[in-house]
Amino acid sequence: MNTAVATAPLVRFDHVSCSYGNGPVIENVDLTVAPGEFVGIVGPSGSGKTTLLRAMLGSVKPAHGSVMRSPSLRVAYVPQIETVDWNFPVTVSEVVAMSRPQRSWWPRLQPTEKSEIERVLEHLGLAGLSSRHIRELSGGQQQRVFLARALMQKPDLLVLDEPTAGVDVRTRHEVLHVLADLNESRPDRGDVESGIAIVLTTHDLNGLAAHLPRLICFNRTVVADGAPSEVLKPYFLERTYGAPMEVLQHGGMPVVLEQGSDELRLRLSRRGA
Amino acid sequence: MGVDLLEPFSFEFFRNGLLIATLAGALCGLIGVFVVLRSMSYIGHGLSHAVFGGAALAAVLNINYFIGAGVWGVVSGLMIGRVSRKRIIGADAAIGVITTASFAVGLALQARFGQAKRSIDAVLFGNVLGVFTGDILAVAAVGVVSAVVVVLLYRRLLFTTFDPEVAGVSGVNVPGMEAVLMILLSATILVTVRVIGVLLISALLVLPAVTARLLTNSFGRMLWLSPALGAVFGGVGMYASWYADVPSGAVIIIAGTVVFIAVYTAAGVRRRARVAGMDHHGPSLRSA
Repeated sequence: MNTAVATAPLVRFDHVSCSYGNGPVIENVDLTVAPGEFVGIVGPSGSGKTTLLRAMLGSVKPAHGSVMRSPSLRVAYVPQIETVDWNFPVTVSEVVAMSRPQRSWWPRLQPTEKSEIERVLEHLGLAGLSSRHIRELSGGQQQRVFLARALMQKPDLLVLDEPTAGVDVRTRHEVLHVLADLNESRPDRGDVESGIAIVLTTHDLNGLAAHLPRLICFNRTVVADGAPSEVLKPYFLERTYGAPMEVLQHGGMPVVLEQGSDELRLRLSRRGA
Repeated sequence: MGVDLLEPFSFEFFRNGLLIATLAGALCGLIGVFVVLRSMSYIGHGLSHAVFGGAALAAVLNINYFIGAGVWGVVSGLMIGRVSRKRIIGADAAIGVITTASFAVGLALQARFGQAKRSIDAVLFGNVLGVFTGDILAVAAVGVVSAVVVVLLYRRLLFTTFDPEVAGVSGVNVPGMEAVLMILLSATILVTVRVIGVLLISALLVLPAVTARLLTNSFGRMLWLSPALGAVFGGVGMYASWYADVPSGAVIIIAGTVVFIAVYTAAGVRRRARVAGMDHHGPSLRSA
């Protein structure tokens, strides 16, 4: 994974709190994202992870504090796959093209746009699928179509909400490799040293979070921030998830286990007897 | 004795009616794509009721129908959009309150003053054979403007309709696009409700679009296929109503329904699922 370049941050949260009207959803959040960083955010459901992303994107305004974004920062967002309407009549190329402004009065794709779309699709392993309906794709392909749409905006920062939710192990590895490639180098701009900065949320502690260079444990505020080996500790995990957890080491990587899983296994095995 | 298939064309009122029914069908087909894909069918039904209230008020105040009903319809449409976005009450409740109240106001004004230039039957069921040249020009004008707006704002409208959250983050003025759609929908209902009637206009907004959805997977193709189907429903329905001696609005909707059933029956199970799943935003249960 790419090492963060020591330059001004792309995004800085300064004592940020956000609310939808019934008390704070996130409070007193301080964090920065530097160019080229790859950051994972973990936390339980309802912990405010999506609100944190929305505050980063500017679609939610802080009730307190401030979110500083680098001037002319280009941010692209890949939402949770569960929010997509798969019956919508739209092909792969229509999805990828929709994020680019319409340059001519007639909406037909220009030849330069078509070739750029084909290049991005090929880079993400989706060559030849431009005329397919999005529902006809596999889970990994669907995720990559929305990545392609985000890449068409030539972002400096890519924000993804649970990019591996609901996909199998092989697809998770595919998505992670694609993200790692994007983080290491910019396919669109040869003049930039670092890759695209990436911030993602995930529930997958062992399959995804443990592999990332920087991890933030989050439950309405930042509980811990650092390398997985520093953050995936029982103390921080219990404060984040409200449940005791064990952390083992396997092959030099932390592996998180829920405590009490033996008891649950025993109860469920009795029901099957 | 044979039937003279060209007989109705010898009457100017029929030619006018055929022209306006065809244009109205095309216009409803175009705007109906957004109504269906954004699950706004109930809004279309409600706005037609709201326009009736505006029409009755315009008649009482002796204001031009298009101005009075148009302003009332656009304001109702924008109010519905605003209330729905706030999410304090559900969109269906917002539509129900605003539009049925307008309809009730219209009924009360009709009953109290009884000065409406057109009978309540014509308003409820349409009166395509009583159109003036101004009515035809109004439908044509709204049709041209709608087509131009859809072409010029194509990508932003597509992005807002498919994925409003990401569209907003990507710099699209989502409230602005939604306001544009509500204004176009209000204008469409305003100029076509006298052709089809308050009670049936929502069907003409929906039928061409859902039929087109069964025939194509592409949003772009749907945008020309739906108006084409709407024009066919309007023209064929109008023509058939001459011989059936039945109100033209009803025959237009029946013509559209027959075509929809035929296409639905001929389509495979998967294509039917597309239409059935239009209100469902569930995940794709797929693995790699």
